[in-house]
Amino acid sequence: MEHVVIIGNGISGVTLARHIRKLSDKKITIISAEADYFFSRTALMYVYMGHMKFEHTQPYENWFWKKNRIELKKGFVKSIETKSKTLHFVEGDTLQYDKLVIATGSKPNKFGWSGQDLDGVMGMYHKQDLENLEKHAPNNKVCKRAVIVGGGLIGIELAEMLNSRNIPVTFLVRESSFWNGVLPEGESEMINKHIKNHHIDLRLSTNLKEIKSDNNGKVKSVIIQETGEEILCDVVGLTAGVSPNIDFIKDSEIETGRGIKVNRFLETNIKDVYAIGDCAEQHEAIGNRRPIEAVWYTGRMMGETLAQTICNNQIEYKPGHWFNSAKFLDIEYQTYGWVFGKKGRPEYEQHFHWRHNKEDICITVAFHKDTNEFLGINTFGIRMRHEIFDRWLSEKRDVNYVMSYLKDANFDPEFYKVYEGEILKQFNTEFNTNLTTHKKSWKRIFSKA
Amino acid sequence: MKAIKHIGLVIFLIGLAIFTALPLLGTYNLDEADFYKIVSNQNIKSEVFINNIKSNVIGKEFKGMQALSPKITKAITSANETHTKNKEWDKKIYTKSSDMAAMIGKKSANGFIANNKGLMWLLTFGLGIIGALMFILPNVILLGSKGIKNDGIYHESATNRGWIGWMVFIFLVSFYLVLYFASEYATNWTLLVDQISETLSGNPAGHWFVYGFMYCVVMTVMAVRMYIKYRHNIYQVFRTTSVLFFQIVFAFLIPEIMVRLQMPYYDFKNAFPLDYDFFFQWNLKDLINNGGIGIFILVWGIVLTLIIVPIMVYFFGKRWYCSWVCGCGGLAETLGDPYRQHSDKSLFAWKVERYLIHTVLLFVLIMTGMTLYSFFTETGTVLGIKTATIQNIYSLIIGSIFAGVIGTGFYPIFGNRVWCRFGCPLAAYLGFVQRFKSRFRITTNGGQCISCGNCSTYCEQGIDVRAYAQKGENIVRSSCVGCGICAAVCPRGVLKLENGPEKGRINPTEILLGNDVDLMELVNQK
Repeated sequence: MEHVVIIGNGISGVTLARHIRKLSDKKITIISAEADYFFSRTALMYVYMGHMKFEHTQPYENWFWKKNRIELKKGFVKSIETKSKTLHFVEGDTLQYDKLVIATGSKPNKFGWSGQDLDGVMGMYHKQDLENLEKHAPNNKVCKRAVIVGGGLIGIELAEMLNSRNIPVTFLVRESSFWNGVLPEGESEMINKHIKNHHIDLRLSTNLKEIKSDNNGKVKSVIIQETGEEILCDVVGLTAGVSPNIDFIKDSEIETGRGIKVNRFLETNIKDVYAIGDCAEQHEAIGNRRPIEAVWYTGRMMGETLAQTICNNQIEYKPGHWFNSAKFLDIEYQTYGWVFGKKGRPEYEQHFHWRHNKEDICITVAFHKDTNEFLGINTFGIRMRHEIFDRWLSEKRDVNYVMSYLKDANFDPEFYKVYEGEILKQFNTEFNTNLTTHKKSWKRIFSKA
Repeated sequence: MKAIKHIGLVIFLIGLAIFTALPLLGTYNLDEADFYKIVSNQNIKSEVFINNIKSNVIGKEFKGMQALSPKITKAITSANETHTKNKEWDKKIYTKSSDMAAMIGKKSANGFIANNKGLMWLLTFGLGIIGALMFILPNVILLGSKGIKNDGIYHESATNRGWIGWMVFIFLVSFYLVLYFASEYATNWTLLVDQISETLSGNPAGHWFVYGFMYCVVMTVMAVRMYIKYRHNIYQVFRTTSVLFFQIVFAFLIPEIMVRLQMPYYDFKNAFPLDYDFFFQWNLKDLINNGGIGIFILVWGIVLTLIIVPIMVYFFGKRWYCSWVCGCGGLAETLGDPYRQHSDKSLFAWKVERYLIHTVLLFVLIMTGMTLYSFFTETGTVLGIKTATIQNIYSLIIGSIFAGVIGTGFYPIFGNRVWCRFGCPLAAYLGFVQRFKSRFRITTNGGQCISCGNCSTYCEQGIDVRAYAQKGENIVRSSCVGCGICAAVCPRGVLKLENGPEKGRINPTEILLGNDVDLMELVNQK
């Protein structure tokens, strides 16, 4: 029986294992040093905030693995010998594989700041980071202030976490406005305001110079690059992005760049060795996507795809239209298709932006300024239907069509106030059009393109 | 703000403490005239009992029901023993001793509590309401901006099965035990609400009136909490208003007013088989003897169960009943909301649920079949089994212990829908319709799920919502009561309760939206 060994029990590895099991009878082993059972990393924040217990983050009950004959091995892979197909563990033992899949995910970036390894300095990615945070920031008496470095999605989540325990937070963001490398200005500004409304000390265009230690090797303060200001703190969160977690591979023959180099079949340069999820790096980026995509659902999709290939139905990894979502404190964000911020926006991409006059609700629609083709939408505080936008993008609908049929795409709970009329009115004024809204139609929603 | 909350909590606890102490306080002094009223009302022919009460109870003062109640129990027991020995069957007393004690207690209460009903109401209900509102209202400011406010739920003793949770559990269970099995101890509580009862129905309050009144008060106060917590979510606001309306108007006011108008006591929204004694002989007779209105109720009850309920479930799912109308659901969604996370999500619990709830449904149907057979053939037995015995077993085990003591008492331990999930036969019936013939579903939004588990954690019915959402599947489960909290707590906008075409409602998929279209087609077509 062929033995498939998967390193990493995150969403990529586990999805792969589940699908291989559906398709075949192969022997499957999942290795992890982080946790006994698969858990949802995205939910760690809710454990700290008291919304859940850790066990709630585990999508499968503990009997699931045995029932599906998926062996779980706790261990830390030290090195890979691809010639003899052997894994060596830190613990001293070894494991033979027939096919190896590396799905080890990411680790938080550290950019060589002085003091970055002190006690009380941490990322927010692994289960151990959560435990570490619980130790250093159980309440606002032990942790009188926390400083977060890096204004991305993990940064704002960490800010929300600490805020939930009334720990004062200073949030250092390199950019001139929150996440404006990704978000258009209007949205980014709205989030800036929202962060400040939560009494988080947001410092834009601010870099970290160094982290200072007390006498016991514990963090005492940080120094701001621009002003030299010293901010006293008990915890420093490093959330300046993540990078592939592949240190243990560097000495093997597997080709790596920033991540493990894979082709469209998710194969590495070595036969029978594959890489999926956050740690995989495409030789060439797919469409507008980045070569390394540290996104929950891409990990899952790579697992779904590779299972086919491993079970003798070779299939290329072809992600569909870009989509994503996040939550900025109380504001939900969804995106379908491409809407670029200032950085990297193609010259043909034109935006329509609508914002509620009181609430933190807005949308940005991107379209081709010459052809009018709909390119993408960002929504804040309004939920949208994935299927509809996926279809509109496939059908290359023009922006006028999208604006008129926006009600089909609304996914807010029943009885919620709807804004399509208002949105369209502004659109008509701005672009001199005379569009009318169409009533929501189940027939259109469920018609398969 | 915090200070107001703390003061409110103290006031609430004082009110609660007085309320809790009441069953053991008060003085009782039965006079002969009152006793003879009871004797003639109850048609008591036992001279042994009458003499016993005369010599041991009348004219004496008792401190607390715990002093009075045993005397009455003893009187009944010894009277019945004598009559059994002498084969004087018509003299035997079939009234339960706790009911007799409650009757006598009600007539003979005459201490401070009985003479200061208004003041005592203020010291119990009044303090409770004021204190609770002082505790709840500051949240308008303290909870901050609109959004999901579940911070600290698993850090708090009250909501994480800590000692406060267990205290609440003990209180609720004891309360229900008194209500169902020792109602004489509720005598002082009935005094508190006599005025209200007399205004509504013209009669002094019994312990079920206390329960009904308290139910409404608790729901109203906790609905305020719901309004504040979910003020950003209009679905929750509407739903809460709806259950509150149906409880106060349909379950509480209308039946009381009907009694005043010499009509039968009836809750128009309480559908069989949740209303399990609707077809009991005494009820049918009562309805038939009540002329036009009785017949109307009879027809309405049957139409409600056989036509209205399934049609509404077809269009809206069982939520229209379970989380918009039903009283049990109403209490679960208001008082029970802080405990919704305790429902067990395991596969094992789901199995237990299906066995239990369908057994209860079967039980109620067999019992009703026997009841109707007995009614029309005018026999007391079916196949040698006494119909009344089966009815008594159901009333005790299901009606009282399961629905009341366990259903509500276990809120802080097993979550707020124990009865609705494991026991309610109406829910089982609605569940069949919802699962097999309905337009309702919880739509999963393509590939947006990140498996965080908020939905599953806060599902009061113990549905592992995430198991479906992370596979891109819609949630179509017979137990779903459509409370909408899964959709509310989802941080990624993945879930939406909706009524749509039946086609494509159940959509098992292997590959989620977002991946290669060819792959989706390959794997998903079977």
